[in-house]
Amino acid sequence: MESRGTVGRVDRKILVVEDLKTHFKLPAGMVKAVDGVSFDLKQGQTLGVVGESGSGKTVLSRTIMRLTLGNNVHTSGRVSFEDRDILSLSNKEMQKIWGLEMAMVFQDPMTSLNPVVKIGRQVTEHVRKHLNVSKSEAKATALQLLKGVRIPEAEARFNAYPHQLSGGMRQRVSIAIALACGPKILFADEPTTALDVTVQHQILNLLNLQQQERHMAMILVTHDLGVVAGRTNDIAVMYAGKIVEKAPTWMLFSRVQHPYTEALLRSIPRTNQKNHTRLSAIAGRPPDLINPPQGCKFSPRCPYAQDKCREEEPTLQAAQSDEHQFACWYPVGTPENKEAFEKNLAAQLPQTLAFAEGKVVDESVIDNAVALSGGGS
Amino acid sequence: MSTTDPSVQELELTDETPAAPRKMSRQSPKPRRTAKAAKRPGKKMPITAKLALFWLSLVVFGAIYAKFDNLLGQRLPLQDPRYQGNLFGTASRTETPSTAHFLGTDVLSRDSFARLVHGGWVSLIVAMSAVTFGVVFGGLIGTFAGYVKGRTERVIMALIDVILAFPALVLLLAMVSIFQVRSLTVISLVIGLLAIPAYTRIARANTLALANREFVHAAQAIGTKRFTIMFREIFPNVLPTLLAYALVNAAAIIVIEGTLSFLGLSVQLPEPTWGNMINEGRSEIRQTILPVLWPSLALTLTVLSLNQVGDWLQGRAEVRSAAL
Ligand SMILES: Nc1ncnc2c1ncn2[C@@H]1O[C@H](COP(=O)(O)OP(=O)(O)OP(=O)(O)O)[C@@H](O)[C@H]1O
Ligand code: SF4
Ligand SMILES: [Mg+2]
Repeated sequence: MESRGTVGRVDRKILVVEDLKTHFKLPAGMVKAVDGVSFDLKQGQTLGVVGESGSGKTVLSRTIMRLTLGNNVHTSGRVSFEDRDILSLSNKEMQKIWGLEMAMVFQDPMTSLNPVVKIGRQVTEHVRKHLNVSKSEAKATALQLLKGVRIPEAEARFNAYPHQLSGGMRQRVSIAIALACGPKILFADEPTTALDVTVQHQILNLLNLQQQERHMAMILVTHDLGVVAGRTNDIAVMYAGKIVEKAPTWMLFSRVQHPYTEALLRSIPRTNQKNHTRLSAIAGRPPDLINPPQGCKFSPRCPYAQDKCREEEPTLQAAQSDEHQFACWYPVGTPENKEAFEKNLAAQLPQTLAFAEGKVVDESVIDNAVALSGGGS
Repeated sequence: MSTTDPSVQELELTDETPAAPRKMSRQSPKPRRTAKAAKRPGKKMPITAKLALFWLSLVVFGAIYAKFDNLLGQRLPLQDPRYQGNLFGTASRTETPSTAHFLGTDVLSRDSFARLVHGGWVSLIVAMSAVTFGVVFGGLIGTFAGYVKGRTERVIMALIDVILAFPALVLLLAMVSIFQVRSLTVISLVIGLLAIPAYTRIARANTLALANREFVHAAQAIGTKRFTIMFREIFPNVLPTLLAYALVNAAAIIVIEGTLSFLGLSVQLPEPTWGNMINEGRSEIRQTILPVLWPSLALTLTVLSLNQVGDWLQGRAEVRSAAL
């Protein structure tokens, strides 16, 4: 799976992110929305960024793309895109990168298209502006693009306003616009969250297909591990602005290390399995980013949390393989973890009790996820 | 599908039905229509709005006709509004409606109908110029302020507040004394200037909300220039709200002009306006109410109509933004 589309090609790193921090200054204090994120991405590869709402996924992708985040934002760290230091470029220089080399598909197709401009014109104008072609050529290209994203009867929809199309169609139009100039990297920020399940799959397949056809790098942001299973080369799990676990997709699903990832896995809704699988929500709420908890930020919700967790924050460390990294003192599947769990169970820690209720399905969850990811085979 | 009026397309094109029902592929189109009618209220024009539009077009057509009829020199059966038919020697100067004078004559024996139709011109021009000033200048300034934010925005809005605080009558008198005439141009300019702040505020408020909308971020993410974002992405979205307000505002402007004429501060006599017609008819009101009634009626109907159409348009704009 991880070698998909890259056979025989030595791909270089297209994007390198190092210790990226994005903080918002509010009267109440600093919101550490992204707090020291590092990863890299090779050409033609897909990275899934997964985390709950508020974990900083959107802020991360917008920071990397240098999109407006407000006046109260403080960014530090390094983003190197094709050896250019993105964070130090001027807006003018970014203008040449936006749309042409980096593009983004947004969460809500209801609002990501200009409501008063016909979709055909939105695509055509974008094509014209960037590709420097005549009006009729641009129109032909635009039609081609719309057909490319499988919009049925593209000619007829050319003159439709966004509100005349369904959500899935609109998202296809957004994708067509994002892909128009053949970007080298595409950010898809929860591209299917606002759509219903059947359409979700179509859109994700479309993105995957386009990504492979164009050998483009893609960052797929989602809060649903089920979405990235089988669609990405690597996964980075974010919690409270930090990456807590990062691994090739199949490895992550088969050898979960971080309790938060485990919790996310348990919350994937499964339609193909019967009853005894109960959908378990993660106990508690995401942490306050202004005054995060001491030590491990997941400790107030973690079923394995020990005193050490509440005092000292774990840093990313390698698991069996260097490709697999996680930040946890009591990684899932270790004897220490088991011990911690039993200790907490005895102490009747609420999140541990809640977790134990769903425990029966544990093995099938993992199996299912592995099957989904196509891993191991 | 050919490029037709968007409202026509809206009827033809629903979410999942193929764009042109004529082609009729796969899906059956029948249940969609009802579902959609329920989903988009306010699409259909109510009868009141239709009547209102009819009245407004009468006024506009009449005013333009009267104006150019006048220029062409009494070619058509509308009397000169200044012609005082029987000033001397008659006991009754006001006449009741007849075939010669549809609405009768006023205290100076001038044909009320001609004056009424002519009077619409002043209302029309003043309202149009105020609205144009408002939408164009107010709208653009407001969009700009709302988009750039920060200090520039604060300075602009402070200036706008100054205009807003300026007493209209004082400004008008000042302008009149500067230009030495109370011409239609001067009156329109003053009222237009005073109309700007309201539009600026509406445009700014809308822009503040729109600037955070995803399509604006999306525009940035595909490399659209800030200037283009402001005027191609945001302004067209502010426009429907501005236009809906413009109609309601036009009604208010017509009343303001009427008030000014009534006070003798609008255009120079004997140029007829609805306001000065009411004022002049006032003196003989014991004798006949008709010369006051007609312009009052015209004023009321026009204001009412503008509000009707404005409401309808506002509803439509809301439907559209709700459909986003
Ligand atoms: N402009 C801002 N000012 C202050 N705080 C902000 C700002 N933008 C985002 N945040 C905060 O940063 C945190 C991360 O937000 P972000 O939108 O990245 O989350 P997310 O992971 O994308 O969540 P979702 O799944 O809901 O999209 C949130 O707590 C949010 O409140
Ligand atoms: S470090 Fe401790 S609290 Fe944090 S995830 Fe690991 S076990 Fe849980
Ligand atoms: Mg988000």
